[in-house]
Amino acid sequence: MTEPAAVRLKDMLQKDQILSSGHRMCAGCAAPTIVKLMGMALRGPTIVCEATGCLEVATTIYPFTAWKIPWIHVAFENAAAVASGVVEAMAVMHEKGRSEYEHVDVIAIGGDGGTFDIGFGALSGALERGHDMVYMVYDNGAYQNTGIQRSGATLPGQETTTSWAGKVEPGKRQRKKPLAEIVAAHKIPYVATVDPYHYRDFVQKFRKALEVEGPAFIHAYSPCPRGWRSDTSKSIELSKLAVEVGIHPLYEVIDGEEWIMSGPSKNLKELKPIEEYWASQGQFRHLRGPKWDDFKKVIQDQISHDWELLRKRCGLE
Amino acid sequence: MTTAERVPKDKITVEGLTGDAAIAHALKQSDVDVLAAYPITPQTIIVEDFQRFAADGEVHTKVIPVESEHSAMSACVGASAVGARVATASASAGLALMWEILYCAASMRMPIVFTVANRALSAPINIHNDHSDGMGMRDSGFIQLYCQSCQEAYDTTIMAFRLAEDHDVLLPVMVGIDGFILSHNVERVEMLPDDAVRKFLGVRVPVQPLDPKNPITMGPLALTDYYFEFKEQQDRAMWNVPKAYKKVEAEFKKLTGRSYGMFEEYKTKDADIVILAMSTMGGTAKTVADVLRKKGEKIGVIRLKMFRPFPAKEIAKAVGSAKAVMIFEKAMSFGAVTSPLALEVKSALYDVEKKPLVVDFVVGLGGRDVPPETFVQGIEKTKKYLGKGKAPMYETLGVRK
Repeated sequence: MTEPAAVRLKDMLQKDQILSSGHRMCAGCAAPTIVKLMGMALRGPTIVCEATGCLEVATTIYPFTAWKIPWIHVAFENAAAVASGVVEAMAVMHEKGRSEYEHVDVIAIGGDGGTFDIGFGALSGALERGHDMVYMVYDNGAYQNTGIQRSGATLPGQETTTSWAGKVEPGKRQRKKPLAEIVAAHKIPYVATVDPYHYRDFVQKFRKALEVEGPAFIHAYSPCPRGWRSDTSKSIELSKLAVEVGIHPLYEVIDGEEWIMSGPSKNLKELKPIEEYWASQGQFRHLRGPKWDDFKKVIQDQISHDWELLRKRCGLE
Repeated sequence: MTTAERVPKDKITVEGLTGDAAIAHALKQSDVDVLAAYPITPQTIIVEDFQRFAADGEVHTKVIPVESEHSAMSACVGASAVGARVATASASAGLALMWEILYCAASMRMPIVFTVANRALSAPINIHNDHSDGMGMRDSGFIQLYCQSCQEAYDTTIMAFRLAEDHDVLLPVMVGIDGFILSHNVERVEMLPDDAVRKFLGVRVPVQPLDPKNPITMGPLALTDYYFEFKEQQDRAMWNVPKAYKKVEAEFKKLTGRSYGMFEEYKTKDADIVILAMSTMGGTAKTVADVLRKKGEKIGVIRLKMFRPFPAKEIAKAVGSAKAVMIFEKAMSFGAVTSPLALEVKSALYDVEKKPLVVDFVVGLGGRDVPPETFVQGIEKTKKYLGKGKAPMYETLGVRK
């Protein structure tokens, strides 16, 4: 039996939630919302394999768990590898008559540290081998779990506890690793970027990710009030703003070749200035005023350039 | 699970096999569900042979050709968590890369069979045999069984699944063979018919698998209030191993006539000096004992197979009234009081009233040959130390000083 995805609000309220209340994620953290939205897309028996991170530690403090579906965590850098084992084992046990499930959806989840950085090798290997799984990264822009250290997903100009804004440094100087593009370059069936503000877009894309045969990748933007020094009530607004300023454009890539800009990004007449995004969070406070004007211009130019490139790829010139 | 009867001779296939090939055949017959592995010398033949079986449709196994050993052990944990029978293979640096997940596999109580062609650890990089990889993982929570022959490698690999999957155990098992010395040398191996192995092993019956109809959380965070209890249970499971192992071996013996014990005793009853060694050095030691006994020297041998859990009481008893135990071992523990095997043996003998002198020789690192002459040299030194009534905590033998 394939359950439909819950895309309309009415259906969402009726769909079984996969994460209970009472988990111990921070107030305002977008990750539990992302997991709940993921739950709205599920179609049947599912197993989740999670990397070490905020979501893992806060939802499974023994002897409690917030997870209502089967869930396993082994280590930080290996969610994709663990999922590989789960996918293949479930398939072969069904073939041998030892599992009643003709198909089980296997979802690996990692934070940006566990995906962009330490788990990148395992992810790339799993994609190349072509296991039928969905890998979702919830990207909150730093190693928030260990206390806000820079990762490959940290934005230029972002202050973290290992990329301080100081007298001679403006926070992280390097660009963010273009992970969704790198994953798409593996020529897997489906890659999509999502955020929790655009929830219908999120659920529909996640459902597509489950439905394709072979690996699929979902890059979810996940505001973190604690690390970002942002208002706990603004996380969903910040998700929207991230799309509007162009640091997290919404798009899909089919088979690594067909690039499709999604509605919320496609409908933007032009990008909002990145300054607006910086102004919303304490982690960019040091960029206010003229001191880093040259650096700020470089960042804005990069964003504009990347945006034009993406539009071109999506056939929107 | 079994009503074991001795398999008739005409049903047994005899082949000349390397240690690696013997293990590959054992894995093939064990009906492994998932095998995830990465190539590394001198283990690679295991994976190559198994992939050939898969390519010819001779096994019903999902083989995951992972991008690293870290992912190999991780995929094994994932597959084992849903209830599959799982195996992997590695050595040396590959085993070291798995390190983190070895501890997870054991603590999460995953019955994974891990065959290892024991090889020296870098640096300098060296592809030959010693036991630094196996000794390095000795606290990971894996059961460790070291083999002396290709036949034993075949037999032990099959038995390892029964042991790992035993509900009183549920722990991963390392099956060790000496890299190149056993992994690449051809010996006569008697192989059971497929159906006898299938009957002996049955299918794995998982206790608490990940199952969508009965959702559980596996591998949670456990802090000051519960972590210690996990470890307490893990420790208890480890000490259930000897009993389970004896049971498995007894059934295997009914089938084949072969069993090995936690260790093998050779002419120890009246021995003045007992040589204690693991893996292929056991064979050399027995030959040395035979030759020296002809000259009137009372030499015996204990060839240790099970290093984890360490059969301390049994070893203390087996050493009996010997005047000295001469340990030959292929690993160092830098900065430790003595070397890994001697540490165990000395601890095992601490409460014995009439203790033998324990003499520890580190030999054969990086594949340095350990010929009978080195044993004789060790015995001469041991006799000298017996005269003095004391010996160094450890020393190296067969090395330029």
